[in-house]
Amino acid sequence: MQAFLQNLLNGIAVGAIYALIALGYTMVYGILKLINFAHGDVFMLGSFVGYYAGRFAIAHMQDTSGTWTSWFVAGAIMLLAMMTCGLFGYLNERIAYRPLRNAPRIASLITAIGVSFFLEYGGQFVFGPDPKFFPELVEKHVLQFGGITTTNYQLIVLVVAIIFMAILQYIVYGTKFGRAMRAVSFSYESASLMGIPTDRIISLTFVLGSALAAVAGILQGLSYPKIDPLMGILPGLKAFVAAVLGGIGNVPGAVVGGLLIGVIESFVSGSRFSNFTPAIAFVILIGILLFRPSGLFGKYEAEKV
Amino acid sequence: MCAHSLQGIAVMRPNFLKSFTIIAAVLLAGCPPKSEVGGGGGGNAANSGGDILIGEYGSLTGAQATFGQSTHNAIMMAVDEINGTGGINGRKIKVITEDDQSKQEEAANAVTKLISQNGVLAILGEVASSNSLAAAPICQSNKVPMITPSSTNPEVTKKGDYIFRVCFTDDYQGENIARYAATQLHIKRAAILTDVKNDYSTGLTTTIERVFTSLGGQIVAKQSYSNGDSDFRSQLTAVRTQNPEAIFVPGYYTDVGQIAIQARDLGMKQPLLGGDGWESPKLIEIGGKALEGSMYTNHYFYADPTPVVRNFVQRYRDRYGAIPDGMAALGYDAAHVLADAIKRAKKLDGPSLRDAIAATRNFQGVTGTINIGPDRNAVGKKIIIEEVKNGQLALKATIEPTASATPTATAAQ
Repeated sequence: MQAFLQNLLNGIAVGAIYALIALGYTMVYGILKLINFAHGDVFMLGSFVGYYAGRFAIAHMQDTSGTWTSWFVAGAIMLLAMMTCGLFGYLNERIAYRPLRNAPRIASLITAIGVSFFLEYGGQFVFGPDPKFFPELVEKHVLQFGGITTTNYQLIVLVVAIIFMAILQYIVYGTKFGRAMRAVSFSYESASLMGIPTDRIISLTFVLGSALAAVAGILQGLSYPKIDPLMGILPGLKAFVAAVLGGIGNVPGAVVGGLLIGVIESFVSGSRFSNFTPAIAFVILIGILLFRPSGLFGKYEAEKV
Repeated sequence: MCAHSLQGIAVMRPNFLKSFTIIAAVLLAGCPPKSEVGGGGGGNAANSGGDILIGEYGSLTGAQATFGQSTHNAIMMAVDEINGTGGINGRKIKVITEDDQSKQEEAANAVTKLISQNGVLAILGEVASSNSLAAAPICQSNKVPMITPSSTNPEVTKKGDYIFRVCFTDDYQGENIARYAATQLHIKRAAILTDVKNDYSTGLTTTIERVFTSLGGQIVAKQSYSNGDSDFRSQLTAVRTQNPEAIFVPGYYTDVGQIAIQARDLGMKQPLLGGDGWESPKLIEIGGKALEGSMYTNHYFYADPTPVVRNFVQRYRDRYGAIPDGMAALGYDAAHVLADAIKRAKKLDGPSLRDAIAATRNFQGVTGTINIGPDRNAVGKKIIIEEVKNGQLALKATIEPTASATPTATAAQ
């Protein structure tokens, strides 16, 4: 029972990060029908911005450990990473995807793979291929609840992820921009005929998704300090599976899918079959494509022919 | 198959599947294997005059970067010493270095290039056994002798009669880790955490398990991970439920450091025990306080008072401003063993050099006396056990070659 709860907690903490990345996949797919394969690498970019900013902050203000200032600095670093990745998301869409808006979808997809390689190998060139170790932005404590042990870092991951998911939920369902986004997702042509600035909405969707990936990148760096330029590949693919599992294009589905993948992985690696862990996400992908290709919360039943 | 759910997405599915197939294909094709060299053993022509060309391949960047960097630094220091004292019969040694980015396929590419394009006489490298295993068959088929400074997996030198090593093997190392844990630390119940993507780790695991159980110990949990993973909490949770007295982690330093941190985060206090894959200046930098009390086996101890070690450490520090680790010590020894063999070789070609390396006896190295045995492994080497104490490495024990079962016999098969 103890081990069960412990694995559940670990799984949710990993799954929350997958969910944040999956949201970016699913929003872009919802609006453009494009699987943005560079998204996992935007996550990596966010981690590296946090790494360099964190080192800078630690080197230049040594008196902040364990105080509210350190929380403030951590928040500022996260904001900086979100802005950097948001800007990258904007430029990525503007330069790489917009010119292909009317090209066959496969062209955009191959471009996405190109952007992904650009970030991975450009990252190795700029940051160096050696693993780096993310600084501890706030003091770490080990916490005990009955039989399960956790750290304040795992709780930070959960709380921050929930806050950002709530903000996203509000943006998508409670603001004018969100309504426009859903309209573009419903029908690009109709939305533009209704006077919705579709290009701007698409740009903003990329900014939003990339900013969430940056949040995931910082949270990943905090809880698993080893970062390297290829760190985005596997979490990116797993988050993609999470998005498909939840029903690609479906925002709550991405969150549920991410958490599910995290928890399942955690239980598998805690079992005798721990050497199958890397494969499990893909087994799920194959299963879902065979038996329920629209995902758990799929909404493509009524798609026009 | 449930047909009605397929129907609804008939429009989007073909594209989607097509996309995924393409992604998979691109990802899998990302690292195309280069073809093996065709030139054959004729590449040594460049060695008929001028400098003697030696190839070195190593992980100068990537996940095991400090392995390659330490080895490279020490090799360059050794070669400069040899050249500074007149070289070999008046000819200088020139080292051509290739970075394999800690990847097996790059190791194979690097060695192919060194042999076919540079025509090197002999090759030094690698540290990681998986990389040496990828490169060894290429050296063997081209009859270019290869000396690995520090690949301990027994399979490496079984790749052929041109492959040598100057370190002990994992049969010997694993036996000593397990024996020390069982007889000196009096550990009865232990867990093992194996890196399944790593030949070194899987090989060492087998030996540790066999010896530890034969000495009356019990392996209460066996878990695995893949190098590059960042989350080890689930595996550690499974280990924790069995409450072992110690955890064997026969892996590499980047993962070990993180495993230690996450174990402490889960409230686990057991010491971790490992092999020479832990040896890196980065180990304590990554793991910090979490490694306190953990132990591993090594090839030499940097504060060893014998003159040969003190001398080596002093010169390395003067040159690079850092304390040399075990990989540096072995890189240094490998370069000197090779130079010694070149001096003794009847002719400067692969087969003659091979015979000369095989005849290495009583070579006084930094890591002890080096004798190349019939299986091309260094036999009868001592083992050091180091402990992390107050954030530093401290000498825990030295196991002389006679202390355990004959290394020659275990190394043989």
